[in-house]
Amino acid sequence: MPRLVSHPDEVKIISRRFGLGATDIGKYIELDGYKAVQAAISKGPEWIISEMKASGLRGRGGAGFPTGMKWSFVPKQSEKAKYVLVNGDESEPGTCKDHLIFLYDPHAVIEGTMIAGIAIGAKMGFIYLRGEYRYLLKIMEKAVADAYAKGFLGKNIFGSGVDFDIVTQTGAGAYEVGEESALMESLEGKRGVPRIKPPFPAVVGLYGGPTVINNVETIASVPHILLMSGEAYAKVGSERNGGTRLFGISGHVERPGVYELPMGYNLKKAIYDVAGGVRGGKKLKAVVPGGSSTPVLTADEIDVGLDFDQMGKAGTMLGSGGIVVLDETVCMVEFALRTIKFYQHESCGWCIPCREGTDWLKKSITRLHEGGAVDKDIDNIRYLAENMLGRTFCPLGDAAAMPTIGFVQKFRKEFEDHLNGRGCPYKHSLEREEALV
Amino acid sequence: MATEKTTIFSPELAARFDKLVTLYPVRRSALVPMLLYAQDEVGYISTAVIAEVAERIGIRENDVQSVLSYYSMLRTKPAGKYNVQVCTNISCMVCDGYKILEHCKKRLGIGHKEVTSDGLFSLEEVECIGACCWAPAIQINYDFYDELTPEKMDQILDDYKAGRGKETV
Ligand SMILES: Cc1cc2nc3c(=O)[nH]c(=O)nc-3n(C[C@H](O)[C@H](O)[C@H](O)COP(=O)(O)O)c2cc1C
Ligand code: SF4
Ligand code: FES
Repeated sequence: MPRLVSHPDEVKIISRRFGLGATDIGKYIELDGYKAVQAAISKGPEWIISEMKASGLRGRGGAGFPTGMKWSFVPKQSEKAKYVLVNGDESEPGTCKDHLIFLYDPHAVIEGTMIAGIAIGAKMGFIYLRGEYRYLLKIMEKAVADAYAKGFLGKNIFGSGVDFDIVTQTGAGAYEVGEESALMESLEGKRGVPRIKPPFPAVVGLYGGPTVINNVETIASVPHILLMSGEAYAKVGSERNGGTRLFGISGHVERPGVYELPMGYNLKKAIYDVAGGVRGGKKLKAVVPGGSSTPVLTADEIDVGLDFDQMGKAGTMLGSGGIVVLDETVCMVEFALRTIKFYQHESCGWCIPCREGTDWLKKSITRLHEGGAVDKDIDNIRYLAENMLGRTFCPLGDAAAMPTIGFVQKFRKEFEDHLNGRGCPYKHSLEREEALV
Repeated sequence: MATEKTTIFSPELAARFDKLVTLYPVRRSALVPMLLYAQDEVGYISTAVIAEVAERIGIRENDVQSVLSYYSMLRTKPAGKYNVQVCTNISCMVCDGYKILEHCKKRLGIGHKEVTSDGLFSLEEVECIGACCWAPAIQINYDFYDELTPEKMDQILDDYKAGRGKETV
């Protein structure tokens, strides 16, 4: 069972019910549950969307698109039924925050889905969980059943005359299905190959109807925003980055865990104060700041605010909020290799730059790690990755290329140390130890 | 649709499938969950599973096959009764995830995607399972175990061997 952590600098909005037994619907109601959705029903879509816009909430799935704006793109009139789709595919390496929301506050996901539905005029919502999250799916299924039993879901919710249904869905193992259009394909019972955009899902989405797709954390933030007001939520965060976010700090820190910090919180403080600093008094080498697809920061680059804009300025991304901390013992080439192996494995194979590019990168970095490369191979790796950027059908290609470019750019010396038959100088590497015996 | 007489699934699962296909605007949306639940019961996606799922949904067996091959959790061969999935992705990797994998290989005497001769265990190296802050982490079937050491790993495997392991389905 995931361990809950706590730190005085945390501002607990979305995590305030964690560990308090809120999977029980009675307890959830006691803790202000299902109040926001009733307010949403009585005040209507325009009020909801204006609160969401005022909140400055930006999508927690990775790209940081403003949620209120996304919802406002859905056409008011539509011949086809509209849908809300909650993205719980959570597969970006380094990311485990949605795991905790499902585990400790499933009704917040339901309530947020309902509010999104009311805002856009949808009568049906889907909550999609990655296939590995079976025990969390059970928790969600029970929460949905309890909400139906209370009459919160189904026909005429809260006596409003509005109907709303929620269906939970399991995936079956695929990172790419987290990409929103691939997610819709998967929910329609197909291979998770992305769709061409435009049209965007807000106009033509699930079953051809207008669809809002949001990350689990985005959706679970919604009831809190309506309860505390968009303006109050915005104030907690930094400029153009409203509220708080669940940051998962993993790797070589003393106190790994998921912490809820205000947007804009300093990354260095998050590592040293909140997570207790580098484990065992070792030196910090690098930080992958927002899941495996975000370009690495060196130890000197971490004095930066954790929001979408400040991280962008620092040449990387806030991404999924999964901060992976690496100490001096990590071989950056091996780390780059493990990263590209992942993307090569998860590439859906639909477009050539990604399918071939990830494969070549994996082969080249494997050879380099083993000592079989020469100087110009380092440039070739970078050249290959740079040529994938912006040339793939969906952003997975970029997600593979960007970190690779970052590793080569910032840790070139380590790549050079492997050249001309020398191989990996880091003894701790298990793959290498095995190769030696 | 398959009648009670012809189904290869247990009456409970067959009833569940009867309902599942009605939950969505289109029946085909039930395909991925159906395959996974069928695998949970049968052990793998056999040709009989493909045939019945195709019939229940009203699509061709080829379509089922094409979807099936996309998803990494779906398999067309049996795994062990307890499928041990060790994460070696970045957070686990830097927290000795490979050590756990090596330990499991030695202890079970099998490699990646292999099954022990008694059919009890299989082993898989997997990508991130969403437990990064509690690394190194593994799953046995659907149950998570985290902050592992080789000693803890031994204890867990012993428990499963003795029939005392958790079994979420
Ligand atoms: C390869 C790939 C994988 C993704 N995986 C996820 C995921 O697991 N969960 C998620 O919420 N968003 C994921 N996204 C982002 C989604 O496409 C989408 O932008 C997001 O769900 C929108 O929700 P938000 O606006 O609330 O962030 C992924 C994107 C790509 C390109
Ligand atoms: S970029 Fe990769 S994952 Fe995306 S469509 Fe192309 S091959 Fe598939
Ligand atoms: S990296 Fe192992 S669980 Fe995420």
